[in-house]
Amino acid sequence: MSLVERVLAGDRLALARLLSQIENEETTGLDDLAALYPHTGDAHLVGVTGAPGTGKSTLVNKLVMHMRQEGEEGGDADTMIAVVAVDPSSPFTGGAILGDRIRMRDLAGDPCVFIRSMASRGALGGLARATAGVVQALDAAGFDVIMIETVGAGQAEVDIARTAHTTVVITAPGMGDEVQAIKAGILEIADILVVNKADIPGADNTLRALRATLEMAKPERYVPSLPQQGDASIERGEEADSWETPVMATVATEGEGVAELIQAIEDHRRYLQASGEWTIRERGRIRSEMEGLLRDTLAARFLERQPDGRFEEALEKVLTRSLSPRQAILSILDGEDR
Amino acid sequence: MTSKKIRVLIAKPGLDGHDRGAKVVARSMRDAGMEVIYTGLRQTPEMIAEAALQEDVDAVGLSILSGAHMVLVPRLMELLRQQGQDNVRVLVGGIIPDEDVPRLKELGVVEVFGPGTSTKTIVDTVIRAVGGEPAHT
Ligand SMILES: Nc1nc2c(ncn2[C@@H]2O[C@H](COP(=O)(O)OP(=O)(O)OP(=O)(O)O)[C@@H](O)[C@H]2O)c(=O)[nH]1
Ligand SMILES: [Mg+2]
Repeated sequence: MSLVERVLAGDRLALARLLSQIENEETTGLDDLAALYPHTGDAHLVGVTGAPGTGKSTLVNKLVMHMRQEGEEGGDADTMIAVVAVDPSSPFTGGAILGDRIRMRDLAGDPCVFIRSMASRGALGGLARATAGVVQALDAAGFDVIMIETVGAGQAEVDIARTAHTTVVITAPGMGDEVQAIKAGILEIADILVVNKADIPGADNTLRALRATLEMAKPERYVPSLPQQGDASIERGEEADSWETPVMATVATEGEGVAELIQAIEDHRRYLQASGEWTIRERGRIRSEMEGLLRDTLAARFLERQPDGRFEEALEKVLTRSLSPRQAILSILDGEDR
Repeated sequence: MTSKKIRVLIAKPGLDGHDRGAKVVARSMRDAGMEVIYTGLRQTPEMIAEAALQEDVDAVGLSILSGAHMVLVPRLMELLRQQGQDNVRVLVGGIIPDEDVPRLKELGVVEVFGPGTSTKTIVDTVIRAVGGEPAHT
């Protein structure tokens, strides 16, 4: 059996090998991913982002446990769940310590759960370059929900909003004021906003402030009444055509608010599908993926055809200020540099 | 551009308390450019084998201070074999009586490191064991 057939048949060893090949951008892996592509598109991709230490991994652990629990609200023992957890690579050595699994030990031994740690390998947007490919492979392998935990740089991790269907932004009390939250752009990418560590004093203030800020941050949307804590399933009407980002409180260590959060994630998926936004986002995501590939491929092919040193020569001219970067590139492209 | 990184799982099986040594080793491996998956305390052989499989690691480093190595290591080696993870190199560090070292190696353990082994020795051994490039220091 080929690796692709084994992955489709649910062989986890084959899946793990394929993920490495994709991560290393090996041609065989990328070819296999292409063969798997027709089998993608069914998984719900849930991004979990937020500053370091806000409790992302702890919350993912509890979310997955709960979703896998038959009888729990929103739980289903048949749901297959994958977790992709990205941690930063050292910019100096290229090495990384990937520690998110420490908080996910409750998921060990569950044959319907698959956890993969990834190093960011120099990418700055909160994900690794290969994360999208890894997620596609997991999607093809039949996982119903794929949780993606970002690096947690605290900055706008826009990559996740582009990759995931539903972006959950985690904050915690005392993580800085609301203006910082706006500047960092986290409110704009949040489909669901969570104040974790609600057991810590000050959580109420953070919740209140974020709700108020959210109204400011999304002025184009009139928000008549924001959902209250733990009330994400608030009626939105069946044909709801706009999504009101709920602000919810959780205590990940205790599992408090987890059921409500799962409900909100599920509500958001239904909203995306009912409103047609699922397709719109999908189109946007694939477009930006294709545009990026086009850019990279064209640049690589063009540079391959250039005589050695052409680019370096232009670089020198920019360094001495006799050309601007734009002029330099145009001169290479036009093939006339003097 | 392809880039192959050495991936290592550092695990602390057994019930003994601290993981200071394991963390020091994890850091030195990261500083040598490896990707280290760190799983924390009290891992069972089943948990370690499962994590090694999902993470597709090249090597597993076990830190064992509890004296239970002659139970934990054989079990882990058996699981790795059963799951088709024969290519994963296993290294053991901690307090291991001399007479147990040959027995562990017979089970397929690549190397056993006693207390006080330099991190450079450990890193170099991992790199050689997985057939990677020598570390540039
Ligand atoms: N008091 C309290 N502590 C929590 C809560 N959730 C998580 N923690 C603690 O916060 C610390 C960080 O938790 P993680 O889950 O590792 O946070 P993270 O966001 O995944 O961290 P990085 O991946 O390093 O960015 C741990 O010590 C957790 O036990 C909570 O609800 N309340
Ligand atoms: Mg984490």
